[in-house]
Amino acid sequence: MLESYLSIFINAVFIENIALSVFLGMCTFIAISKKIDAAIGLGIAVIVIIGITVPLNNLIYTYILKEGALAWLGFPEVSLEFVGLISYIGVIAATVQILEMFLDRYVPVLYNALGIFLPLITVNCAILGASLFMVEKSLAFGESVVYGLGAGVGWALAIAMLAGIREKLKYSDIPDGLQGLGITFITVGLMCFGFMSFGGISI
Amino acid sequence: MAKTSEVLLSPIFKDNPIALQVLGICSALAVTSKLYPTLIMCIALTATITLSNFFISLIRNIVPSNIRIIVQMTIISSLVIIVDQLLKAYDYETSKTLSVFVGLIITNCIVMGRAEAYAMQNGPYMSMVDGFGNGLGYSVILIIVGSIRELIGSGQLLGVQILPLVSEGGWYVSNNFFLLPPSSFLIIGLFIWFLRSWKTEQVEPAEFKMSKNAPKEVKADHA
Repeated sequence: MLESYLSIFINAVFIENIALSVFLGMCTFIAISKKIDAAIGLGIAVIVIIGITVPLNNLIYTYILKEGALAWLGFPEVSLEFVGLISYIGVIAATVQILEMFLDRYVPVLYNALGIFLPLITVNCAILGASLFMVEKSLAFGESVVYGLGAGVGWALAIAMLAGIREKLKYSDIPDGLQGLGITFITVGLMCFGFMSFGGISI
Repeated sequence: MAKTSEVLLSPIFKDNPIALQVLGICSALAVTSKLYPTLIMCIALTATITLSNFFISLIRNIVPSNIRIIVQMTIISSLVIIVDQLLKAYDYETSKTLSVFVGLIITNCIVMGRAEAYAMQNGPYMSMVDGFGNGLGYSVILIIVGSIRELIGSGQLLGVQILPLVSEGGWYVSNNFFLLPPSSFLIIGLFIWFLRSWKTEQVEPAEFKMSKNAPKEVKADHA
């Protein structure tokens, strides 16, 4: 039992790293990775939100949307899977909003640190992507908690690494046209090749 | 009329959503290994962004500003559900290839970004034009990346063999490197380089400038 949880976690962090192997959350990944502090702050915010929303969406999928899930209401043949997208994004937007209010009221230090990143996270495709992959892999509730945390940790790890590289890149002599965005794309491409080497590992 | 054409055309090269505004990159990488799914993705995104800009612009004056994000999300995700269902009904194979990426149009920041930056301030007609223009700007990059990857990676375009492969008696040895998803990062990186050498006003200033030649005293110190 514990072993299978561990393998889901390792799989989500390294082999199917949500940023570098599945390419999700790339916009914020590239836009907010100039400074290492900001990158780590955003990484933590993503871990928290992904860790909450993936299990929540799992519950919604299993007990409301899945085919036959409404049997307890007397509709055994109803499938609401087509409204999946709108409910997942609703859950994510609501969680972000609630978390923002909660932090503002009870943990102002963290709120000030994460402040600007929280609203950005609603449109981070890593979060919605993790929920969609959770449905595609048909994970159970316990597994979805582990998968959510793993996906978040993997994304945070990747953005922290990219920020580290970019801080060093500032001091290198780059052709004018490649300056900034161009060289970042090429760096991320090379990092992805690095992460592809995890692909051969099977746990 | 001049304004319309400017709003329509400037996102293609002058203010490209991917190459300059860093929006909507995720799908540009994952779906471009073949040209056909790429084209479907471009059509899906352009349709979504045009319509979402139109509807958001229609209701821009009656939505309270603190709940506008959720309202925009609801409109966009309803449109994406329609696109997703249409695709599943008429082209099931492609919808399998694109897997979750059609759903991820919801969080594609081009759609949200244009809704926030343009549709909330402008009338429905101009917003539609702006949405369509940005859809085109996104499509141009995706189609370029998709054609390069399919042509070099498997010698085909839209499934038609252009370069005869060695395995089938031709002369072209396919370069599998370009079928791997990370190669699209390198292609987009080089495309940005090309674009910025052409339109030099897009070049970002370097944060730290190397001096051409170190002064002599410093050299003496090192020696």
